[in-house]
Amino acid sequence: MRGPDFLDQSVGKLKSAVGGFVPGSHATTRGCDLHEAFRDAVWMDVFVYGITGRRLTEAQLRLLDTIWAYTSYPDSRLWNNRVAALAGTTRSTGVLAMAGALAASEAAIFGGGVYTAAATFIQRAHKAVAHGASIEQVVRQELDSRRGIAGYGRPLTSKDERLAPLRDKVRRLGFEDGAHHQLALEIDRYLDEGRWRLRINYVGYTAALVSDMGFSPRDYYLYGFSAFMGGMAPCYLDAVEKAEGALFPIPCEHIYYFGQPPRTWPTGLPNDKRQE
Amino acid sequence: MTNQIRSKIWQEDPQPDNHFATRLARCHGFDVYGDMLGKATWAEMIYLLFRGEPPTAKAAKLLDALALALANPGPRDASVHAAMCGGTSGTPAAAILMASLAVGAGQYAGGREILLAVRAWSVCGCDIAAWQRYLAGPWAAPSATAWPAPEHPPGFDPHGVSTPLIVEQTLAGLATLSPGSALPWIAGQRHELESLTGLPLSLAGVAAAAFVDLEFSAEQAEVLYLILRLPGAAAHALEQMDLGHKKFPFYEIEFETKPVSVIEEQPR
Repeated sequence: MRGPDFLDQSVGKLKSAVGGFVPGSHATTRGCDLHEAFRDAVWMDVFVYGITGRRLTEAQLRLLDTIWAYTSYPDSRLWNNRVAALAGTTRSTGVLAMAGALAASEAAIFGGGVYTAAATFIQRAHKAVAHGASIEQVVRQELDSRRGIAGYGRPLTSKDERLAPLRDKVRRLGFEDGAHHQLALEIDRYLDEGRWRLRINYVGYTAALVSDMGFSPRDYYLYGFSAFMGGMAPCYLDAVEKAEGALFPIPCEHIYYFGQPPRTWPTGLPNDKRQE
Repeated sequence: MTNQIRSKIWQEDPQPDNHFATRLARCHGFDVYGDMLGKATWAEMIYLLFRGEPPTAKAAKLLDALALALANPGPRDASVHAAMCGGTSGTPAAAILMASLAVGAGQYAGGREILLAVRAWSVCGCDIAAWQRYLAGPWAAPSATAWPAPEHPPGFDPHGVSTPLIVEQTLAGLATLSPGSALPWIAGQRHELESLTGLPLSLAGVAAAAFVDLEFSAEQAEVLYLILRLPGAAAHALEQMDLGHKKFPFYEIEFETKPVSVIEEQPR
């Protein structure tokens, strides 16, 4: 069945495989009664269950929570946080500030744009090593087929200050022996000893940790959506509590112009070149 | 790290008494407020911003006509539906537009479909054999990104049966105005292309060809397509805001999984 007949089947109703609510009665999520199954749950439990359909252990949930906590920097210079802060200085609303900043966290060089690639890499590498490939082969194949290795290297600085405290937390929670975790660190050591000057970054490290929890790349991407959120609200508040327009004011001469010299708008637009 | 913003698009001269106030602003060299205003149209300004030069008379007309064709996808469109969800529930104006952009960004009639289609034009041009190879799939290079794999050839309607009249009218109208070769070519080859895909051409497919004829890059076409569809989203959202949520569809729900009340044992 296709075309209008196919679409007609869905007119006027939601066919939901994930749940919903019956007004005044109850709400379900992936087959569970939300208020029963998650009566004493923390929000991370519900969030991850909604993505993966699995209930994780308390230790796993704590680690997922920590991963977010350790990257919640209230630094308004960071590009995504800057969106939240600029919304504060322009006296926009807090939700628009956070939503805009979260959307701007899906970047190509950090955050959302890297999650899928980093998890895909470490899971592919894990399979390759399990089938006998060496770390060197895995690294060389990745560098040959792509420009870099997702999850290794960092845009502003090569050292990632989040890793030491997170590794400590991983140790304390007992997740050190995870196969993806171990492999990610082995690759880091190999790259460090070689000439690549690439070190594992936060995304690479956390991609390995969640891979050990059975997350798919898409699971990790969706979970990672709010990784930076903890730092965004303070950035908005810092700006909204100061004078309006006073955050990152840019004087005219701070636009370094390198375009066309001054010219006059034509009185009649030129005809198309291909017709002349 | 620099404190300067580099730009070949925009230059500002400060007021003598305040370097945070603009005395003169130039766009690609043209004095926007002292010269262009009143002489140039909105479409001409948009073209200048993205392409760096004034459009030809024909290109300006084509962009203006394309903007009209895209201005309102109508309330059945998912991006307008998203905007109306904001409108009916009374969200701020920006939330309405953000909702519309998020939904209208996708590969099904959205911005990403335009990007893929314009990229396809850069590979295939006006070569039916190249299109035949491309249309066989997979329509985008496989990569580990957040974008789902495309499920239909960009520029065609996966649920369509025949080419809608408004698509035919848009194609015919824009092809007449076009300074390029993509629109006239697709107007001539439409039946051939549709028989290759088994799907009718969509408005997104016509828009992509128009962007090609305007010599916009795939990235420029994607972002401009997003912008040009916002007016209708905004208008419909405001209309629903006035009408109120009780007059807006909420829909019935049909559970595909049976709700259970048993608490799943946690592995703790």
